[in-house]
Amino acid sequence: MKQQNLKTWFKSGSPWVWMTGGGVSIAVIMTIGLLMLIAVRGLGHFWPADVLEADYQVPGQPAQVVAGEVVEAEEVPRARLAASGLPVDADGGEFMTRELLKVGNRELFGADFNWVVGEWLANPRKPESLVVFERREWGNFYGYLLGVKESGRLVAEGEGAWKELLSRIERVAGLHEQLAQLERADIGRVNHALERLRLKERGLELGGDLDADAQADLAAERAQWGVRYRELESQLVVLQQEFNRDSVLVRTADGREEEITLGKVVRAYQPNAMGLGEKFGFYFAKLWEFVSDEPREANTEGGIFPAIFGTVMMTLIMAVLVTPFGVLAAIYLREYAKQGPLTRVIRIAVNNLAGVPAIVYGVFGLGFFVYVLGGSIDRLLFAEALPAPTFGTPGLLWASLTLAILAVPVVIVATEEGLARIPRALREGSLALGATKAETLWKVVLPMASPAMMTGLILAVARAAGEVAPLMLVGVVKLAPSLPVDGNYPYLHLDQKIMHLGFHIYDVGFQSPNVEAARPLVYATALLLVLVIALLNLSAVYIRNRLREKYKALDH
Amino acid sequence: MTDMAKDFPTAAPQTPRLDFNTPALQRRRRRRAFEDRLARWYVSIGGLAVLGAITLIFFYLAQVVLPMFQGAELNVHGEPQRPAWLADQGEALLLAVEEQNQVAMRLDTHGQVRFFEANGEKRLLGQAALPIPEGAEILSLGRDQPGSNRLVLGLSNGQALVVGHSYRVTYPDNRKTITPSIDYPYGEAPIQLDPQGRPLQEVAMNVGNDGLLLAGSTGNQVLALELSREENLLSGETTLSERRLELPQLAEPVKALLIDPRQLWLYVINGRSTADVFDLRQQTLNGRYKLLADPQAEVTEVAALLGGISLMIGDSTGGIQQWFMARGEAGPELKNIRGFQLNGSPIVQILPEERRKGFIALDAAGNLGVFHSTAHRTLLIEPVAGAAAQAALSPRADRLLVESAGRLQGFELDNPHPEISWSALWSKVWYESYDEPKYIWQSTSANSDFEPKLSLSPLTFGTLKAAFYAMLLAAPMAICAAIYTAYFMAPAMRSKVKPVIELMEALPTVILGFFAGLFLAPYVEAHLPGIFSLLLLTPLGILAAAYGWSRLPESIRLRVPDGWEAALLIPVILAVGALALGMSGHLENWFFGGDMRLWLSNDLGIPFDQRNALVVGLAMGFAVIPNIYSIAEDAVFSVPKSLTLGSLALGATPWQTLTRVVILTASPGIFSALMIGLGRAVGETMIVLMATGNTPIMDINIFEGLRTLAANVAVEMPESEVGSSHYRVLFLAALVLLSFTFIMNTAAEMIRTRLRKKYASL
Repeated sequence: MKQQNLKTWFKSGSPWVWMTGGGVSIAVIMTIGLLMLIAVRGLGHFWPADVLEADYQVPGQPAQVVAGEVVEAEEVPRARLAASGLPVDADGGEFMTRELLKVGNRELFGADFNWVVGEWLANPRKPESLVVFERREWGNFYGYLLGVKESGRLVAEGEGAWKELLSRIERVAGLHEQLAQLERADIGRVNHALERLRLKERGLELGGDLDADAQADLAAERAQWGVRYRELESQLVVLQQEFNRDSVLVRTADGREEEITLGKVVRAYQPNAMGLGEKFGFYFAKLWEFVSDEPREANTEGGIFPAIFGTVMMTLIMAVLVTPFGVLAAIYLREYAKQGPLTRVIRIAVNNLAGVPAIVYGVFGLGFFVYVLGGSIDRLLFAEALPAPTFGTPGLLWASLTLAILAVPVVIVATEEGLARIPRALREGSLALGATKAETLWKVVLPMASPAMMTGLILAVARAAGEVAPLMLVGVVKLAPSLPVDGNYPYLHLDQKIMHLGFHIYDVGFQSPNVEAARPLVYATALLLVLVIALLNLSAVYIRNRLREKYKALDH
Repeated sequence: MTDMAKDFPTAAPQTPRLDFNTPALQRRRRRRAFEDRLARWYVSIGGLAVLGAITLIFFYLAQVVLPMFQGAELNVHGEPQRPAWLADQGEALLLAVEEQNQVAMRLDTHGQVRFFEANGEKRLLGQAALPIPEGAEILSLGRDQPGSNRLVLGLSNGQALVVGHSYRVTYPDNRKTITPSIDYPYGEAPIQLDPQGRPLQEVAMNVGNDGLLLAGSTGNQVLALELSREENLLSGETTLSERRLELPQLAEPVKALLIDPRQLWLYVINGRSTADVFDLRQQTLNGRYKLLADPQAEVTEVAALLGGISLMIGDSTGGIQQWFMARGEAGPELKNIRGFQLNGSPIVQILPEERRKGFIALDAAGNLGVFHSTAHRTLLIEPVAGAAAQAALSPRADRLLVESAGRLQGFELDNPHPEISWSALWSKVWYESYDEPKYIWQSTSANSDFEPKLSLSPLTFGTLKAAFYAMLLAAPMAICAAIYTAYFMAPAMRSKVKPVIELMEALPTVILGFFAGLFLAPYVEAHLPGIFSLLLLTPLGILAAAYGWSRLPESIRLRVPDGWEAALLIPVILAVGALALGMSGHLENWFFGGDMRLWLSNDLGIPFDQRNALVVGLAMGFAVIPNIYSIAEDAVFSVPKSLTLGSLALGATPWQTLTRVVILTASPGIFSALMIGLGRAVGETMIVLMATGNTPIMDINIFEGLRTLAANVAVEMPESEVGSSHYRVLFLAALVLLSFTFIMNTAAEMIRTRLRKKYASL
């Protein structure tokens, strides 16, 4: 191309080529930008940021000492700050900085977060002795350690207090685990058994078989469990006392003294005193806690393990359901059905069902699976539990089934494509050697089409794992009391409600009472979900590409 | 070949011939054939079952939706009875059935109350005589609001008696027993409504927060009395205080009286067909209204609907008109809302339902009509008696008791979904307490006499609005990107870009939604000028960069091969973006007084929500781009090479070839891509749920929120009662979504198939 003037340049059409190219660039920038933003915000949350202490002087008010992590800082036009009622000087620069401080101490300040004007912060410092307490309730506490108490008696003070504190926190963590084990597993088992007894009694009553003998048996069994329960309860009381034995004396940055029971403290650290290595260690510990622990504080703290577990469980059941049915339908359509206009219509219809809004499947799942199917199952098999529904209420099984219906077109389409790709010669060769159609299918066609089925299954799983709208109707809740798999018969509780990563994002981000505190966790959850789905999709792409190469070789 | 056998006639004569028909092999063959057939059947049945299960969705949704549009059904319940006790009774003033449909009540003109079985033989269960003073007669009856079981009787001596009937349910010996009783909430002694003792020809009552309001008429004179009960806090004694309201005299005799439930208005129907409305607070006449257009017609029956706001005026030609107070040009006035028509005979009785805004009407020929006011629906018209009859409607509106000529007949009324009609769902409806007909979606409320407002129009509008803004962003970008990728892009770059776009397609929408709601919405709010300058500057920046590139010396330009323009543009766009967003604050300071949002709402009068259609458009545009992109790219890419090469060989530039040959050939494919994108945008749930305020308003303003069909289903479905009208309307919304996307996708698919055939022939 030669250099041209503006007019000929426009005439050549080259600006429009660049414009279309711009479309691609923007799409790529948007995608990568979004992923990076989520990654940075999600991963940054676990980093133990330095805690800033400064004197905050709002014009016309006495100065006060504030301490907290700087979460966000932005430049705001001066006029806007003035409009929001702050005593801003009319003159000065065009912008002022506004910083979001995580100040913690919710029981004292009323909120964890505080917007401050950067220009009014004076004398910023990062004192090494400032301690951050992560608590089981009321969020973080920022303050200085004064002493450690045992049963109300001061046992350590000053220099030695920090060491003492760390060892006692370790002890409390151990006790916490024991408590959880006792409450969840042991007492849970007793309650489960008692509930089963109640249902058995009700079942006998409904069947008219509840005579004195049966009643005596039931009472005896119940008494047995009752003894066990009281035993566990006394253990529980002892543990609780031990758990709440120690406390720490702390002072906030603005000079208030508080006492915190150690049972409420998850961990304590001094971020300003940590070295880089320590910070990394802390970072990975937090990251591990995030994926392996249970949520705390209305899902705004702690981990998301139940949500991961629920998502995996639901997707697994869905995959088990969707594969045979999808493959069966595809084989029928491609191998057995008479190819004609009707088959073509069915094919188009199946193809289009993949584009039907997911919420429609949710409505269908709620109406048909939950109320019609579940209601019937309850009346037939779980009459003793009525009017409390067993399967007649949203739950794991229905969520999986709904997703299976939603994803079955994906499997059908992918499998059919795979079947269509198998060269005719192979099929004809097998038939010519005397194999029946079923044998050809089973021994030649299906093994060759299996990577295609795999691709379809992975795509279906990816679609199902990311879908949230239908699940809101058929069995996903914000906080499930227990996992759908446990040590109580029948071990896998298909009727139980579950937690789900996608719904967790929606719920914590939009229904949480403390959105500001929950936000980083939502980013982290989103990152996890994106990673899982990207991984699934990339593996599907990889399998598909390998498949294509394989058949390219066969075609010749 | 055939010679082979001859060539070796004696080859290996010792070896036995292979027998393929040994019993074992035959058995095996039979088994294989059987297995083959079995597999065929298994696959066919299984496959068809799966396909059937998928199509079940459509039929199930339709099956849930259909009952909404069916009318009511009336069936005779039990034999007609002529119980012996009925023979010596006076004419019926009132019939009533209690909640459980077991006990009925009849009040006659002599003040005799009879409780009897509502079912079976209508045996007498109890009786009472009302304390009517010696020598007085009952002349008139007025009822409090539907569902209150209170009534007032107007006597010939100017007195009025307030009576209540109640039914207590107890379970002695585990058997349900209903004990009916009569009570007198304002004492057994009648209240002197007319101090002069003239006969009360009409009475009306209302019990409100302030106390009891009684109204009565003697000829042309209307009397009103307010009784409030005051409790002395110290002694606990209650005292009744009276207040007489002075009302002007009327020119014509009064036909009916009704009191508004807030005790604001007194409706006096007088003459042939006139209503005088009195303002009770100021004790003045609000206005005089002509109720019927036909001068021959006459008002024959008046009743208030549930909630007491609407008046139902029945006339001598069988018409029933709904009226209520609404704001007119000069303050509140009584307005005719809608009309219903029974057969031609005069209306004799209008009975409101106690749970819904429906009513039934009886005419002089014994015809029964079942109607619903909001839905403007006539659900049923059927004769129930030979001549004029007196009827009672049970509180649940499922049972009807009709007395005519000394005979009692029960009916079962099956009328599950009267509040839904095509017009209520899609057109403007004039709801009670509204000043004009409107499109409104408001499915639930705290009070029990609530009028459900189930118009799908605002939701459909919201859906299309969201889809429109999303397509506005997505369509040009996706098509540009698709054309460039398919036609100009270097293959090496293509293999890198495509996975990125595929990843974009796979991103769960909940992530986009949360990103839009939690990050984008506040960000856009704080950087409004930046966002708009970004939309404007990006194309300009690209053009400037392109021109700048074309002016560069060839030695530099030749280093980058053709088809890598998009990669060069990435830093350009990033720079433009940084510039636009960076100067956002300055622009705001210079042009909008520091806060564009305030400027919008104060100076331009455009309301601004943080979660608005702009945010939805951006986020959903992001979700739709890959859908459109992949199909459009496919369409452009599969344009036969012979066409483009021919065009280029004839001397056309690449751009000319693209616009005159490639795009024209691929246009059906691009169109179908747009349709699929639109289908996706219409059905998207999570993004709109999270990125909008979910306010069901009808406003095209880009800075206001919206509510889509899909988000509405997601929000309201979990709380909806199974089988209720609301539940079925939500199913209808799902069915609408299903049909819309299905039709769109099918049409798109058919266009693509045709296109593919055309390419094949080329």
